[in-house]
Amino acid sequence: MSKRRVIPGFGLSLGFTLCYLSLLILIPLAALFLKAAGLGWQEWWRLLGSARVLAAARLTFGASACAAALSAILGLPVTWVLVRYRFPGRRLMDAMIDLPFALPTAVAGITLTTIYAPNGWVGAWLLKLGIKGAYSPVGVFIALTFIGFPFVVRTLQPVLEDFAKDTEEAAATLGAGRWLTVRRVVFPMMVPALITGFTLAFARALGEYGSVIFISGNLPMKTEILPLLIVSQLEQFNVPAAAVIASAMLVVSFMLLLSINLLQRWLDWQKS
Amino acid sequence: MSISIQSIHKTFGGYKALDDISLEVSDGSLTALLGPSGSGKTTLLRIVAGLEFADVGSGKILFHGENVVNVPAGRRRVGFVFQNYALFRHMTVAQNIAFGLSVLPRRRRPSGKEINERVRELLHLVKLDGLERRRPDELSGGQRQRVALARALAIKPKVLLLDEPFGALDAQVRKDLRRWLRVFHDETGLTTLFVTHDQEEALELADQVVVMRNAHIEQVGAPQEIYDQPRTPFVYEFLGNVNKLAAAAGPAQYVRPHEIEVKFAAEYEPASDRLAVVQHLFSAGPVASLSVRLEDGQFLEVEISRKQLDELALSEGDKVALGFPISDNR
Amino acid sequence: MSHPGVTTESRLVRMLLIGTAGLIVGLLLLMPLLAVFIEALRKGWEVFLASLHDEAALSAVKLTLTAAAVSVPLNTLFGVGAAWAVTKFRFKGRALLISLIDLPFAVSPVIAGLVFVLLFSPHGWFGRWLEEYDLKVIFALPGIIIATMFVTFPFVARELIPLMAAQGSDQEEAAVTLGARGWQIFLRVTLPNIKWGLLYGVLLCNARAMGEFGAVSVVSGHIRGETNTLPLHVEVLYNEYQFSAAFACATLLALLALVTLGIKSAIEHFTGHRHHGRH
Repeated sequence: MSKRRVIPGFGLSLGFTLCYLSLLILIPLAALFLKAAGLGWQEWWRLLGSARVLAAARLTFGASACAAALSAILGLPVTWVLVRYRFPGRRLMDAMIDLPFALPTAVAGITLTTIYAPNGWVGAWLLKLGIKGAYSPVGVFIALTFIGFPFVVRTLQPVLEDFAKDTEEAAATLGAGRWLTVRRVVFPMMVPALITGFTLAFARALGEYGSVIFISGNLPMKTEILPLLIVSQLEQFNVPAAAVIASAMLVVSFMLLLSINLLQRWLDWQKS
Repeated sequence: MSISIQSIHKTFGGYKALDDISLEVSDGSLTALLGPSGSGKTTLLRIVAGLEFADVGSGKILFHGENVVNVPAGRRRVGFVFQNYALFRHMTVAQNIAFGLSVLPRRRRPSGKEINERVRELLHLVKLDGLERRRPDELSGGQRQRVALARALAIKPKVLLLDEPFGALDAQVRKDLRRWLRVFHDETGLTTLFVTHDQEEALELADQVVVMRNAHIEQVGAPQEIYDQPRTPFVYEFLGNVNKLAAAAGPAQYVRPHEIEVKFAAEYEPASDRLAVVQHLFSAGPVASLSVRLEDGQFLEVEISRKQLDELALSEGDKVALGFPISDNR
Repeated sequence: MSHPGVTTESRLVRMLLIGTAGLIVGLLLLMPLLAVFIEALRKGWEVFLASLHDEAALSAVKLTLTAAAVSVPLNTLFGVGAAWAVTKFRFKGRALLISLIDLPFAVSPVIAGLVFVLLFSPHGWFGRWLEEYDLKVIFALPGIIIATMFVTFPFVARELIPLMAAQGSDQEEAAVTLGARGWQIFLRVTLPNIKWGLLYGVLLCNARAMGEFGAVSVVSGHIRGETNTLPLHVEVLYNEYQFSAAFACATLLALLALVTLGIKSAIEHFTGHRHHGRH
């Protein structure tokens, strides 16, 4: 006898959810792993160990980590200002934070390229400093910072909003100066959120495609990211290589998803 | 309508929430399920309502002799008032109260006019005339509670179940509403079962009190009986203040502060009395409370009237004789 | 008057911080947004309008709307069903299910496209079968729709699950005791309580569906006038050095983003509730 339930719709909603999830997400992903697994370990090592894949992996992971780090650094003062101060334009600024979520990546891609190209608004200025913006690893880094920024702000914001001011007041009554209070009381409380935001931005950056491919220039061994490498292997009908690279990326992404879930629990625990 | 609960079991995972519960609730009575949190009282109430199911194969729940275990909650004709009222926030007071009527199948549904009429009657019954168009968040806690009650009554329930009906209210509203509910119950005569962790509430309001602990029923009885003849140490301690006297041999003795007689030390009778020293006096209020120390070092709390306190003219450090009631199974 | 409290900074520090934040948001976010419109109008209104009236552009818009019109309702249905299942009931594997719903967020859009190529391309698992019945999925509308569904899969569920979990089931249980049945409970009690969250989720789902690039790019085959969605059309124009036309089409997508953000702000303002989605 199945368990009785008071609220109706358990079978229908769960059945539909599982079918839909399996058909659209799980079975297709399983197919990818099966395809890649069918090649055997040696083929895996050969494909993943190739110089081109390694170069792309280095760029993808390196630029993603740097971009997530910069997002975290830039996100901190912006979140602080948004939560703690009232000033004209605050609501607009708050709404703007989500722009990278809402703006299609292709649009972000061509726009950032135009701005950071050697003849662009910022690109020309960067060139004078001897930095090549677009069509270089720097370009990849810029695009990924744009993409990752809102993750940091939107993770920090609720934590800072919930942060009890009385803790700060307590620190102040204990004789701590403002800067000391921020450094010793507020900042440590924000570290879990900062790490979570960083990880979210990093995970998103690893898979990012649309905003990067325009600005990167896509030179193999130099400015080629992993998602682009997958696409180019596919276009050359080298399906096994595409499947292997994609599977390896997925494994990394799943591990990141897992750690994000754990981090989220840490955050929830800290809040309660 | 009478309710008969017969050997009900309930486990959540490995945790026993109800262990072989049987209980009779007579027609038209007002029964309190009293116990600390985790005692299983709310689970029992929810099982009666059909919001939770007893373990498969365990006992029966009879409404007026009819087993309702397999009757879904929506057809048990049970009025349930939730602890936080669970009012529909997006609906007006009138829409909330009319909900149970408006979801009836078309052929059994009253007309719009009849529903409005019924809503007005119910609002009058719960003393909220004219509040039809308010929304729940525009009401006070006590008003919300009465709207929830009116909503539950709209379906003409045969049984009324209330989960911690006064839990979310502040002290004064709580007292007023408690008296109002008693009067209300006497007027409607609806068999009512309510859950509370407040012994004062249970004793003041109910005809029958069911004391629960750790998935068991400890004692069932009229309030007076439960208070005066507690059957277990738990009931003794849970209902009202009590002193626990360790005895040199045998089980501990329980005695309530007001049951102890305070006399001058000169009137000491060695056979039945014990000598003690007054440690503290608290005399603000109608009853004076004394903290005394027995010769063997145990502390007791004793309550005497202000008048008696004046007669004895006690002050801290005085020696007194204490007379104890004759105890049977304590 | 400007006596700083113990829990705030001096006026100077505050001004400096606000200035810094303004600079960051301006340079990182506002500048690209403005650049879209400036680049689009660089060669004047006529070129701008002509680019939008171009036949390929119009068919791209049509395809984008079609893909969204199928995938958004389906994912909305899924989101509501999934949220109902995981918030109103306790069952084994519930936590795992919630994590699995998030899965597409962790998958690169390119990989989302790739898995469907593996399944439906002529050499894929179902390739032979599809050929037999003369069905085309990859390099055709069905593939674009499926890829879009994959990447926008979690949006509605992600919005609703925390909302419905926080609201609990008290009101639904109350409705049950009052005699309400299945759909009555959902339509009359649950839906009115989640409508803003639902609208917000649908809005995000739609924005992503219309703007999706990577996944659709892999499965579409870039057939001009046939399988190019608006973002792909922008790419094609840009790669052909038709910058003004590319940016003109991009303005449509940027406007979509602005409208989405505008409605989001309005919902937040209206409900007084903040949505901290991660998408």
